[in-house]
Amino acid sequence: MIPISWYLILSAALFSIGLFGVLARRNAIAILLGVELMLNAVNINLVAFWRYLDPVQMTGQVFAIIVFAVAAAEVAVGLALVISVYRNRKTVVADELDLMKW
Amino acid sequence: MTTLFLITAVVILASAMMVVTSRNLVHAALWLVSTLFGVAVLYAILNAGFLAVVQVVVYIGAIAILFIFAVMLTRREMRDTGPGLNKNWWVSALVSLLIFGGLAYLLSSWNGFSRTSAALPSGFDAVSALGNALISPDAYVLPFEVASVLLVAALVGAVYIAFNRK
Repeated sequence: MIPISWYLILSAALFSIGLFGVLARRNAIAILLGVELMLNAVNINLVAFWRYLDPVQMTGQVFAIIVFAVAAAEVAVGLALVISVYRNRKTVVADELDLMKW
Repeated sequence: MTTLFLITAVVILASAMMVVTSRNLVHAALWLVSTLFGVAVLYAILNAGFLAVVQVVVYIGAIAILFIFAVMLTRREMRDTGPGLNKNWWVSALVSLLIFGGLAYLLSSWNGFSRTSAALPSGFDAVSALGNALISPDAYVLPFEVASVLLVAALVGAVYIAFNRK
């Protein structure tokens, strides 16, 4: 059988890749793609803990479903903001959105 | 099972690397679909069949398609890009590696790190247990309703933000 450590290491690696995407990409949509990778890493952890610790309690799966709903909300608002910014400033590159920079 | 897990893990990590490094954003979104599908396979390996289906329907069917729409609506900018990564990308890579090392160290010091899964109790139906947990007042009906209200509010807000006022 697969030990839980494999899932935990895999999700830590996926989280780190997503973090790299959030920190390093220039395009605002690519930053949101990195956030999606991080949320998926969290979900792998939640489901693995549900299965390995106490599968009769459904806590882990319920949390994962709430993460799904939050991810859908985040993506809808985030992409709406990107489209609105693009309409006003004609750019989606995060470096150039410096209107509020001192 | 072990081979299936290893193949899925390699697919997930390789396509996640492509998501954060490929310059063409449509390609990045398609690599994201591959990553999400790998995660759905992991849910199926973990006996969470309902979540595997929800992952395919909601993530791949809705969120990834929304990303592709957004890329196409902001496409003109992508023709004259410079590099896809900003000039301090190596600092980001260093921070990510440090976070990964720290997480791996922290997890390996947990005493349940190498536990294996017990078999599911016979006759246990995870889908009906999940349905009961989501609507039972002694379990999670309140978080479930709060998540629904959050989703409605976020979608109304998204329509308001992206609405084109003339």
